[in-house]
Amino acid sequence: MNLLILLFFPLVGSIAVLLNRNYAKQTALISSIITLGFAVSMLCNFEADASKQFVVDLAWMPQFGISFKAGIDGISMLMVLLTTVLTPLIILSGFNRTFKHTSALFALILFMQSALLVVFTALDAFLFYVGWEAALIPIYFICAIWGGADRIKVTYKFFIYTFAGSLFMLLGIIYLHLQTPGNTYDLQAFYALNLDSSTQAWLFWCFFAAFAVKIPIFPFHTWQPDTYTESPTIGTMLLGGIMLKMGIYGLVRWLIPVLPLGFAEWKELALILCIIGVVYGSIIAFTQKDIKRLIAYSSIAHVGLIAAGVFTWNLQGLQGAMIQMLNHGINVIGLFFVADIIINRLNTREIALMGGIAKIAPKLSITFLIVVLGAVALPLTNGFIGEFLLLNGVFQFNIWAAAIAGLTIIFSAVYLLRMYKNVMQGTLNELTGSFKDIHGSELVVLGVVCALIIVIGVYPQPILHISEAAVNGLIGEVNSKLAF
Amino acid sequence: MIDLVWLIPLFPFIGFLICGLGRNVLPKALLGGIASLAVIVSFAVSLGIFLQFDAKTAAVVNLFDWINVGTINIPFAFQIDQLSILMLLIITGIGSLIHIYSTAYMSHDAGFGKFFSYLNLFVFFMLLLVLGENYIIMFIGWEGVGLCSYLLIGFWYTNGEYADAAKKAFIMNRIGDLGFLIGVFVIIATFGSSSFSAVFPQAQALVSGDTTLTLITILLFIGATGKSAQLPLFTWLPDAMAGPTPVSALIHAATMVTAGIYMIARSNILFSLSPVTMSIIAVVGLATAIIAAIIALTQTDIKKVLAYSTVSQLGYMFLGLGVGAYTGAFFHVLTHAFFKALLFLGAGSVIHAMSNEQDMRNMGGLRKKLPTTFITMLAGTIAISGLPPFAGFFSKDEILAHVFEHNVVLWVIGVLGALLTAFYMFRMMFLTFWGSFRGTEEQKHHLHESPAAMTVPLIVLAILSVVGGFIGVPEALHGSHWLANYLSPIFEASNSRLGELSLSHATEYALMAVSVVGVIIAIAIAYVKYVKNGHVPLADSEARPALAKLSYHKFYFDEFYAALITKPLDALSGFFYKTVDKSGIDGIVNGVSKAPVEASKGFRLLQTGNVGFYIFAMVIGIVAVLAYSFFKF
Amino acid sequence: MDNITATIQVVPLNHYILLSAIIFTIGVIGVLIRRNAIIIFMSVELMLNAVNLLLTAFSAYSGDASGQVFVFFIMALAAAEVAVGLAIIVMVYRNTNSIDINVLNRLKW
Repeated sequence: MNLLILLFFPLVGSIAVLLNRNYAKQTALISSIITLGFAVSMLCNFEADASKQFVVDLAWMPQFGISFKAGIDGISMLMVLLTTVLTPLIILSGFNRTFKHTSALFALILFMQSALLVVFTALDAFLFYVGWEAALIPIYFICAIWGGADRIKVTYKFFIYTFAGSLFMLLGIIYLHLQTPGNTYDLQAFYALNLDSSTQAWLFWCFFAAFAVKIPIFPFHTWQPDTYTESPTIGTMLLGGIMLKMGIYGLVRWLIPVLPLGFAEWKELALILCIIGVVYGSIIAFTQKDIKRLIAYSSIAHVGLIAAGVFTWNLQGLQGAMIQMLNHGINVIGLFFVADIIINRLNTREIALMGGIAKIAPKLSITFLIVVLGAVALPLTNGFIGEFLLLNGVFQFNIWAAAIAGLTIIFSAVYLLRMYKNVMQGTLNELTGSFKDIHGSELVVLGVVCALIIVIGVYPQPILHISEAAVNGLIGEVNSKLAF
Repeated sequence: MIDLVWLIPLFPFIGFLICGLGRNVLPKALLGGIASLAVIVSFAVSLGIFLQFDAKTAAVVNLFDWINVGTINIPFAFQIDQLSILMLLIITGIGSLIHIYSTAYMSHDAGFGKFFSYLNLFVFFMLLLVLGENYIIMFIGWEGVGLCSYLLIGFWYTNGEYADAAKKAFIMNRIGDLGFLIGVFVIIATFGSSSFSAVFPQAQALVSGDTTLTLITILLFIGATGKSAQLPLFTWLPDAMAGPTPVSALIHAATMVTAGIYMIARSNILFSLSPVTMSIIAVVGLATAIIAAIIALTQTDIKKVLAYSTVSQLGYMFLGLGVGAYTGAFFHVLTHAFFKALLFLGAGSVIHAMSNEQDMRNMGGLRKKLPTTFITMLAGTIAISGLPPFAGFFSKDEILAHVFEHNVVLWVIGVLGALLTAFYMFRMMFLTFWGSFRGTEEQKHHLHESPAAMTVPLIVLAILSVVGGFIGVPEALHGSHWLANYLSPIFEASNSRLGELSLSHATEYALMAVSVVGVIIAIAIAYVKYVKNGHVPLADSEARPALAKLSYHKFYFDEFYAALITKPLDALSGFFYKTVDKSGIDGIVNGVSKAPVEASKGFRLLQTGNVGFYIFAMVIGIVAVLAYSFFKF
Repeated sequence: MDNITATIQVVPLNHYILLSAIIFTIGVIGVLIRRNAIIIFMSVELMLNAVNLLLTAFSAYSGDASGQVFVFFIMALAAAEVAVGLAIIVMVYRNTNSIDINVLNRLKW
């Protein structure tokens, strides 16, 4: 199975969507399912060891040391699965909505999928950066064209914010490129560099800026609640479900192994920022009145914990981060989709105006509850596996850090159950009285989300197995450099 | 037979699926039948295992690898030993009775199928909790029962207060769960595994008072305070009475709330080696027992009385654990499961007859209308008060004997609590069943004895409450204490460290006599006050003396927590959102983008549009450049 | 040619430079202080011619003809400039009925 087909098939699909305007949604769905098929067939041929597989290495701009080099190891495999599994769900979630310029929207989503896949498989820094920025373009248009009332201002801010972060990373990449022996952008050449610790220390912040904005880590997060709230939900799902994982993936692949000394110098501070984010996001979520904004802040708390797990740089923390990236993607899509269903029917985002929906929408109430339970990390749901490993990783780093980060277990229950209670329970009012239960494609999306939540929660071992060897390899590589 | 242990949780799970999926399709009778049958079959399998199991060591049944990351290996495995078998019997046995009871109690409810699916799910998780071979599987059950408790407390979620009670229960449990989870992390870090079979032998090698062990046990105990409703996390349990009454009987009296005691009994060796934690447990347990008993004295809701009584009895169990009376504490778990389930079901029968009236001020004189309920509840009340030969006497006496040996002051307070128990329980009985009826005419007309599906479980439980204590008759009363012998493999290591009870028989007789006489006096006082003088608790609007007010308002714990935790956190949330996030961080970000805009506003004024000015500036510029180059070189 | 060069060299170079500087300064001051567009234009021509004079002088003293070639370029350029510039001034006059450059201050902010 050629990796190029996987990477560029979504682009083909994107063009097909534009050509086939009358059936844009269906074409997009079929394309994304075929891509998922490619990913699954690659998974079948995939050996879960630390090596890079399905490697493509084409000369792109050889005079500048740029090549089109991509490959998949266990970590990338998980990210590819994340992207290819979630994209059909995201597309399907738009099925019973009407959009202006439908074909353009779905073409952009597929274009974005392609860019994301490039980011997750790139083994060349230039290619990585191209994918990184290319993913920003479609989401910019999605938010700016199909967003809410305040969309232009918010999207502008989002774009400048992330772009400013990325430029620091570009600076870092160019610097590293000039340091490599043959002036190349190859990942392995970056790994082989032995820069002194003060250089690595400032380079660390260059890369950290880009990733921290994207994840987002406190205090680089202020674009996120606004953007999540103002974007169309389909864009929010892309952002929260898949795109922010680029940042975490970047930490794992491009920051820590490339700059181990810089990492060693700053990891405490980075970890503290992550954990502040966990508590801070949770506490803000307590009193949010807007359902999408509440979920946005809860997402800050959840990804803060994932990033904290990465910065502990031990097997449990990293494996927890790996599986939790997948889980968070699933859960956040579930949460935002439920929010979208409710907002769409009630025409308001105010939680205070809702209530009693469970009575007349039993299917929604069950699926919503399962998604909420996944997000609060109840055992036998996917969230627990991730948070258990993450907290264990943080615990190995420091017991107090684990205790404070562990507050998320309590806090997430507080804000999510508060939301569930205010939205679903209590008595019906005039607004919610005529609420219609979910049906058709809505039921399919939420059904798949709930099934994934429970299946991963009950039997996580196959997924943990995919990334274990690769994670172990990376840890070994970094630790051997730190040993000097 | 032991290899078939996975069948035990499987049946309730299948029941959950059938009831959950078929809740709108299948007829009610079938749903109730399937759900009850699932638990009864589990009970049969448990009984089979109980009869067959005679090994001195635990049997472990491995199902599959659940989480396997580096050094952390968590198999999905079950452990069968004396402790888990007894818990299995309680859960499935009492569970079966309560399921049967519920088929009648819930028969008019629209959510009948949903109720039974939740109830079956609860049994499933509770079985996981007691069967787990390591702390993580135990934690699955631990949180799972919390979920079911949440679902069942909020069963009538259209009532906002009930939904809030459910949420409160879940969140308070979660506070404890965090302690539990971190405790498990410390265990894994210290012993390299979370399996009981790996942890306990290693722990035995440690010295008493080891700081890591103290840390572990304190963290685990925090977990137990959440689940078993001890100070300071007990306020959720009384609110949990919002759920249907069978739920209160099963979850909030007989099984789930005893999970904390089960967990500590299971980890007894860890606790035996941490004297500091033991003292904390004893003090917390006793304080909870007394405070809950005082609150129960003035409550007017029949279920609230029972709820505080449960909190108080759980306190006694912890007191027992804290002084090393593991067998006694577990014995009390067993007997308490019998009589408290009975009392709740009896209360349910009363509420059923009273058309959902729960306030005792509107009851009275029911013993003629509800004879079976009355007789069975009386048996339960005598049992909880600790009069021989009813079940509660033996278990409570065993705990108090250990306490006496440990510390006389604790014993005095403990006995005082027992007297309070007798008083408020008989107050409840007298207010409900004696005197004249105080409710409305409509209620009076409706009064009836409950159907057989409800009274049969009551009768079975009443019999158990009467004779259940005979499994643990102490040596002083010429018994053989079957329970202590049966459980000896579990508590062997701890008992050999802490030593056996060394009181003389004479002392034991004296202790029993003191408590029995005290209890009889307490009952007499209650009789005089509520039957002879016909005293009825005051209405809410009337002023109460200070102490009664404090008790009636539950020592203002909820208000205290709201003022100390909830409100400050919400205020902090607003502060973070408005001040730190919007004004602070976002202010800086927007400031960065505003700075060039502001600067350009200043600089654009230089563009006067006056050509002369431009030329002048140009000439000045040229002159400056020339001057600079002249003086520079 | 030699003859002319010799004639030019009769006057010392410093005098040419001084004269050019004076003419240039007059031009600059004229541009700076007058408001009449025509006069400013003439002042600009004065500056150009000061430069021309200087170029010619240096060319003669250093015996290099390229300086004089430059002078021709400048004269051609000045002619073109006059053509365009006067056209602009005429247009300005038609629109504003004035050739005061301070009227033309709309090019701001």
